[in-house]
Amino acid sequence: MELTIIIFLLGGLFLGWSLGANDAANVFGTAVGTRMVQFKTAAIVCSIFVILGAIISGSGTTETLGKLGSINALPGAFAACIAAGLSVYIMTKSGLPVSTTQAIVGAIIGWNLYTGSSTNIQVLITILGTWVLCPIIAGLLSMLFFVITKNFLQKAKLHILRLDAYTRTALLLAGAFGAYSLGANNIANVMGVFVPISPFTDINILNDFNFSSKEQLFLLGGIAIAVGVFTYSKKVMFTVGNDLLKMSPVAAFIVVLAHSIVLFLFASQGISNFLQSINLPSIPLVPVSSSQAVVGGVIGIGLLKGGKEVQWTIARKISIGWVLLPILAALISFIILFVLQNIFNLTVNY
Amino acid sequence: MFGLKSTSLFGETKKLEREIDEFVDILSEVGLVFKSIIPTYLSSSANGKFDEMVEQVKLMESKADKITKEVEHTLYEETLIPDARSDVLRVLEHLDEVIGMYQGNCYHFSIQKPNFPKEFHDDLIDLTETVVNCVEALCLTVRSFFRDIKSVRDNAHKVTFYEKESDIKFSSLARKIFDSNLSLDQKMHLRYFVEKIDRICDQAEDISDEIQIYAIKRSV
Repeated sequence: MELTIIIFLLGGLFLGWSLGANDAANVFGTAVGTRMVQFKTAAIVCSIFVILGAIISGSGTTETLGKLGSINALPGAFAACIAAGLSVYIMTKSGLPVSTTQAIVGAIIGWNLYTGSSTNIQVLITILGTWVLCPIIAGLLSMLFFVITKNFLQKAKLHILRLDAYTRTALLLAGAFGAYSLGANNIANVMGVFVPISPFTDINILNDFNFSSKEQLFLLGGIAIAVGVFTYSKKVMFTVGNDLLKMSPVAAFIVVLAHSIVLFLFASQGISNFLQSINLPSIPLVPVSSSQAVVGGVIGIGLLKGGKEVQWTIARKISIGWVLLPILAALISFIILFVLQNIFNLTVNY
Repeated sequence: MFGLKSTSLFGETKKLEREIDEFVDILSEVGLVFKSIIPTYLSSSANGKFDEMVEQVKLMESKADKITKEVEHTLYEETLIPDARSDVLRVLEHLDEVIGMYQGNCYHFSIQKPNFPKEFHDDLIDLTETVVNCVEALCLTVRSFFRDIKSVRDNAHKVTFYEKESDIKFSSLARKIFDSNLSLDQKMHLRYFVEKIDRICDQAEDISDEIQIYAIKRSV
């Protein structure tokens, strides 16, 4: 593989690393921050399930991003990734809880605008709709789980120590599911733009097992996320666990579960096909924001408790991010594409 | 696997549950012994039995101490209930102090041998029974804190009720003592004992108040 290809792929790997460093905290932050689960345990489980989720269920959301705009040259994909990474960095520095999902969509639109390719408005509207739906569904789910769990615990009368042991196990299982869903839903942000121009070729093992070029890309992206988890997520986990989500371990489990289900819903081809088969509207397979699903879950529980604990400023910041981040990413993408084409003389579109 | 030690986690949990239950059992049993130790002391004919009972309380107190240390050790070593660990340990320490107060009372009776005239016997026994009932209600509060948070308030309410009863009985007995024809030094001596018994209720009420706060913290 040429060195330039590796350099271009680094854009996606950087995004993967930052996803692992930041979003793993949504899945295991409270568990690790409150010392219910050891960081080493969380990091290993998280890495394994992120990679599995990416390889097994990552294609659905990738296809949707592909429909929005199919970047057909490696330098173009590189520009989109760097633009997404930079815009997330800028917005995070300004204290807005944004995600790579919104950034990559903006960056792809930036590429469409620069190259004169058309943007599929229908797909764009679907994607925007899911961003709003994601925290709302997470909020509703966490409300539902909260009521069920509270009633169950009141009836079960578990000893505080036994409840602690069950909660640890539940946090680990929900975390594994969350990591799988994160990999499945968000791998499109990391590697999606490289799929149409994958530098890999399919590998056939013993004529039985086909490891497609797309799966190889997803494995690479998954590994980048895992590296992010191991190298940088510990600090973020302790911040999330101790500062942002000051809640009981049981409530934390509920939030992680609601978050994981939402991410899984928007990534699962199986559920989407099933709904279609029984004549129900299918769920669009769209990469959604893990952080915003968590915030939605927290707000849901806060509302059930009377709404006093709800931090509405965070909710407001999220909606600002929905508008600002894609615009910023599109702008940066446009500028980088211009630089790559006119200064480095690279082809960003065929 | 991965440092989770799931089998040992559940094993340790069950062991600790048993130990905490045993600790509360001891608190309750010490109370029952104390309830009969005062009438035994007052009937001067049963001195041997009284000493035997004091020894029994002493053994129970050492056992409770041992359990507190073991629970503390395991909770920290296995990093169990990180969100409620300090609350649980504080409750256990304060309950251990109640057992210590029972034991202290027994020792003081054994060493100082206060001379309670017959006219005060019924009142003293009555006060002791109220104190023991108060601690019994505290035991229920503690058990509900560990298993059934919803009942904490009801049980804590009983503790408050008995504490008020005990205050009334203490005041009435103290008044009777100071209205009597005993010498001032004897009055002071008897008041000291009555007050010391009543203080157990104050401690029980403080603990039950504390538990109510911890229960709010523990709600999902």
